[in-house]
Amino acid sequence: MTTSLDLLKRGEKAIIVEFTLNMVPLKLLEMGCLPGNEVELVQIAPFKDPMYLNINGSHLAIRKETASHITVEKLTHE
Amino acid sequence: MSKQLNVALIGNPNTGKTSVFNQLTGLKQQVGNYPGITVEKKEGICKLPRGVKAHILDLPGTYSLNASSLDENVVIELLLNKNDKDYPDVAVVVSDVENLKRNLLLFTQIKDLHIPTILVINMADRMERKAISLDIEKLEERLETKIALVSSRKNTGFDKLKELIGNYKNLSVEPCVNASVIAPEYFDRLRKAFPKQDLYKLWLVITQDVNFGKLDRNEMQSISTFQTESKSNLKRLQQKETIVRYQFINGVLKETLSIDHLAAKDLRSRLDRVLTHKVWGYLIFFAILLLIFQAIYDWSSYPMDLIDEGFAAMGEWVRNTMPPGAFTNLISEGIIPGLGGIVIFIPQIAFLFLFISLLEESGYMSRVVFLMDRIMRRFGLSGKSVVPLVSGTACAIPAIMATRNIENWKERLITILVTPFTTCSARLPVYLIIISLVIPDERVLYIFNLQSLVLMLLYLIGFGTAILSAWILDRILKIKSRTFFVIEMPNYKLPLFKNVAYNVIEKTKSFVVGAGKIILAISIVLWVLASNGPGDAFSNAEENSIARMEAGEFPESELDKHIASEKLEYSYIGYMGKAIEPVVQPLGYDWKIGIAIVSSFAAREVFVGTLATIYSVGSDEEETIKNRMAGEVNPILGGPLFNLASGISLLLFYAFAMQCMSTLAIVKRETNTWKWPILQLVVMSGFAYVVALVAYQLII
Repeated sequence: MTTSLDLLKRGEKAIIVEFTLNMVPLKLLEMGCLPGNEVELVQIAPFKDPMYLNINGSHLAIRKETASHITVEKLTHE
Repeated sequence: MSKQLNVALIGNPNTGKTSVFNQLTGLKQQVGNYPGITVEKKEGICKLPRGVKAHILDLPGTYSLNASSLDENVVIELLLNKNDKDYPDVAVVVSDVENLKRNLLLFTQIKDLHIPTILVINMADRMERKAISLDIEKLEERLETKIALVSSRKNTGFDKLKELIGNYKNLSVEPCVNASVIAPEYFDRLRKAFPKQDLYKLWLVITQDVNFGKLDRNEMQSISTFQTESKSNLKRLQQKETIVRYQFINGVLKETLSIDHLAAKDLRSRLDRVLTHKVWGYLIFFAILLLIFQAIYDWSSYPMDLIDEGFAAMGEWVRNTMPPGAFTNLISEGIIPGLGGIVIFIPQIAFLFLFISLLEESGYMSRVVFLMDRIMRRFGLSGKSVVPLVSGTACAIPAIMATRNIENWKERLITILVTPFTTCSARLPVYLIIISLVIPDERVLYIFNLQSLVLMLLYLIGFGTAILSAWILDRILKIKSRTFFVIEMPNYKLPLFKNVAYNVIEKTKSFVVGAGKIILAISIVLWVLASNGPGDAFSNAEENSIARMEAGEFPESELDKHIASEKLEYSYIGYMGKAIEPVVQPLGYDWKIGIAIVSSFAAREVFVGTLATIYSVGSDEEETIKNRMAGEVNPILGGPLFNLASGISLLLFYAFAMQCMSTLAIVKRETNTWKWPILQLVVMSGFAYVVALVAYQLII
């Protein structure tokens, strides 16, 4: 199921499909946020922002705003 | 001296690069600044086998060669400039075994610059626990490099690393990824236009907004104008480059690295569950803040008292031992109290840096940033503003420098502008002496001490004003910048004692030396101005006083006091004070307080020292200054000069006024214009004046 990254729930995993080019900083790509990589939502701060992610072993936090520009394919729970 | 081997340590933040640096250099290191900018430059000497000496430069942490901050610019500027005296003979890329994939991105970029590069894989001691296995030989072969597997915690692997550095000439300088594959045609044109230049270097120069100050300017400028691609196209190509590099890295690691992911889930997730919890997370952060304040204002009072007494005794000793005269007076009344005024802050500053460095080393700071971001953003700040605002309670200078990792310029600017409102340690001596004079030492509701309550209130006022003005600035400032916020959440680590200790020593030293110079200079100038005067009135002060005593105006025991105060009145500083008296009178101050305020525009803590000098108190003992201040009489209204109205007015003035030249200088350097520091000076001080005026007129 395709959705955007900011709609993920805590503990859910997904595969990054694509993102809006100009809304996602290069630094995020450099930290491993690339199409094809797996992303897990580790924790959400109160008010659902920012989001604490595990992207392919890289742990980082981004704002919901940025996350909404990243399209992901949700993985069903094994 | 034979030519030294230049080594540059490069790596992502949180890889333990600084630990590796400390292990290689030990105490043979020094910290300075890069010329013209406030980025810290750490260098040291390392002895290699066969008597070779290596000069090690610890470059700021960066995720890639695509710079987005001043600190990262330093890395690129050095690596692109072969003429720089620090240009590395060999680059040592430090990586962390758990984040190898991400760390290798930077490695492949540096290798593409044809610099001999060694890969250090740090935190090897974690491999077993995390069930990580690595095929080092294969990895060396695929990356065409030599690898040192080290553990800075257990101090293993460093002999091999030194050996590798010594043999750097055997390293391959072939790139592992050919960046030109991202746009073959474009790179072809580039090659034709600049046949003599290194292709990847050209690409970096074109895509970076770096100030290539020392590079061959003409040559580089002609490259920067080679823009046959639009900005957004270039950005797309940069993204493509990142993807190509990751494809290569993924391929390599697939063959050489295996991680048992089940074993990797551990302490981290359990700690995160508590520390970033929506209730516990905030409670724990609040408790830690309380602990820090307790340390800064309670525990450090013991060493501070000792220092205070020590300097008072030293001044006394000088006065009694050296032959009397102007020189002795300068030392005992100008220089020693001036130095004491700086040294006394060492315990507080050291405690603050100790805590901040513990919080950062352990990985906890990122969790605080994560928790606070949403709340801070309502006020136009970033989660990353928490660190500066907390550091600001010790000193605004390191606090403003700590804003560098805020990516969004508007959020960073607002943080810089409001940080000076937080109650820094320099305000503390002013608060303490005035509170003890005008606020009764009583208990409220049987538990709280009224004086402590007022002190706490002043802290809250400072913090509240910072937040409120951030909110206002957020609405006024029309700066377009995209909300953009990325922070790494590093793994939790037990802080290394060596790293924390070095950090505390370095930061404290640079504060003392930096602020010390100004305070020392001011105390000397003040002393000179107060002990000299124009015309006869000054030189006749002594005879006049004696004549008045003989006429029976006051007893002989008070002679010294009268001589001193008459001298002061006719000194240069006395005339200056009288000139500004009309301005400060509506606030309830006399000309002496006016002088103390003016001189404390250099640095707030000068206030108490100035009053000490002006009230001609020989010793720096607080009790004496306090008694003298309590005895001062308001020249117009009569009654004590320091009463509730003028006291509150002074407290509020110091809470809001921008009185610190060093902070203004740092703001200028960090914002690159005088506009913001001047705005701070005018708005904050103007506001302080109005508030103090209203408070005094209401209470009196």
